[in-house]
Amino acid sequence: MKLRELAHARTGDKGDTSQISVIAYDPGDYAFLAEHVTAERVRAHFAAIVRGKVIRYKLPGLGALNFVMTRALAGGVTRSLSLDAHGKCLGTVLLELEIPDRQRRHDSRAAAAASGEAGIAAAPLVPSSE
Amino acid sequence: MRTIRIGSGAGYSGDRIEPAVELAERGGLDYLGFECLAERTIALAQGEKLRDPRSGFDPLLAARMEAALPACRANGVRVITNMGAANPPAAARTTAEVARRLGLSGLRVAAVTGDDVLDLVREDPDDYALLERPGTAADLGDSLRSANAYMGIAGIIEALRGGADVVITGRVGDPALFVAPLVHEFGWAMDDWDRLGKGTVVGHLLECAGQITGGYFADPGRKDVPGLARLGFPIAEVAEDGSAVITKVEGSGGRVSIASCKEQLLYELLDPASYLQPDVTADFSGVRFTELAPDRVAVAGGAGRRRPETLKVSLGYLDSYVGEGQISYAGPGAVARGRLALEIVRERLKLTGVRATETRFELIGVDAVRLGGEREAYADPAEVRVRVAGRTDSMAEAIRIGNEVETLYTNGPAGGGGARRSARQVVAVVSTLIPQAAVRPAVHYEVA
Repeated sequence: MKLRELAHARTGDKGDTSQISVIAYDPGDYAFLAEHVTAERVRAHFAAIVRGKVIRYKLPGLGALNFVMTRALAGGVTRSLSLDAHGKCLGTVLLELEIPDRQRRHDSRAAAAASGEAGIAAAPLVPSSE
Repeated sequence: MRTIRIGSGAGYSGDRIEPAVELAERGGLDYLGFECLAERTIALAQGEKLRDPRSGFDPLLAARMEAALPACRANGVRVITNMGAANPPAAARTTAEVARRLGLSGLRVAAVTGDDVLDLVREDPDDYALLERPGTAADLGDSLRSANAYMGIAGIIEALRGGADVVITGRVGDPALFVAPLVHEFGWAMDDWDRLGKGTVVGHLLECAGQITGGYFADPGRKDVPGLARLGFPIAEVAEDGSAVITKVEGSGGRVSIASCKEQLLYELLDPASYLQPDVTADFSGVRFTELAPDRVAVAGGAGRRRPETLKVSLGYLDSYVGEGQISYAGPGAVARGRLALEIVRERLKLTGVRATETRFELIGVDAVRLGGEREAYADPAEVRVRVAGRTDSMAEAIRIGNEVETLYTNGPAGGGGARRSARQVVAVVSTLIPQAAVRPAVHYEVA
């Protein structure tokens, strides 16, 4: 399955460094994500653009991982020749990462949304399969 | 517990204006912040100021002030913004003029200066090591155009104490626009690292405006957000202990959720436990969100440690020239014709002797943005857009890159349409550090 099934992401930039947060929809999936979405996997996924290193910060309390990729933006937004000089699209590109299949715990997602814990009440409770 | 309500009226220089007006009119605000200064903006503004001493501030300043000030005056909302860019005094004069035109007589506008450290850097350029690459500011030589330190909250607080209704700064740490009124209102000590850290969490959540209320977030079928065309900008209700609730004007578009708050908390963060700001080293690693009601999310758990000894300084310099051209191909064989077009331009640039130090040859829709990744067999797109970009040492050569794409109309593959070309000088930014003690804010007032 794709990372997109379990997580959402947002990309930021600081100079030539790109930063991508990967956040579990269901905090119960955090440990699974931490096991499979490693700095090495992310480095390989972006092998064509990251010339520096990939550092991963773990945020178990938020159910999130923060990836910091140095020398990843062709010099940074102020001088990059890239169409997407900020690298804003990279987070969604990371969501196509293949991870092992995991039984979706639809019930827990629904319960979490109802209690407000997951905070995605507007999203469908059972993701469509595309 | 007493709370202060702070709204965020802009997340970047060109942001929508009506959401700020909505906040000023119906947000029940005490303060309205506008974060409008990107990394490079101040270097460009410095160039404008050199050409015209009355310019060099945000181009939308007058329009934003004209739209928001009447409601701010009526509702007692004080405005804090970095729209001063390279010239806060001129921005303050312009704001006072706008206020007079609107009949808001007596409106007190403060300009906070002191972030411009170009003279200091030019005096001893060897002392300023670059953070992004080997070398010092001396290596930038005559190309150095601007040097601005990220100042903290001190200058803004002085202006608020001085009775300013509007505070206009140049470069300050973005969260400072929102932390300063908290320190001013609650009387937090300047070494109360814990509260300054909590305030920085709030400032960071607010500084990109719509990015926490559902902007830069929606993904249909996954993360649906209602009403993005009339997205409401955020409000933080902050308590004396630094805890806060993030919300927005009732009835506005968008959605404040735990997920949108988590995304914005981590946005542009490197080490979440060490977010370096001029006034504090903030620790976001223990932050927790709780949804209290729809569009009301409580934030707690931020922390802080002693501030860094140095301030970050952005150095703007003339880097190079960039030329670019684009042209579209559609229908069967579009990708093959696009690739042929790229090869033709590549050969033309060689034949005509355009010296580019760096180039990109790509097809938008195929490989312009999505470099690498775990490629799978995507079906050929129905249309592609050829894009060639190159860095040169002269404007003349930059222009020739776009021209070589445009001439594909009559000299290239079948069916090329919609050619566009551009060439520009690149003002780039690198960073260095300066001791805190070398940078002192100063405050001047204009009264409408």
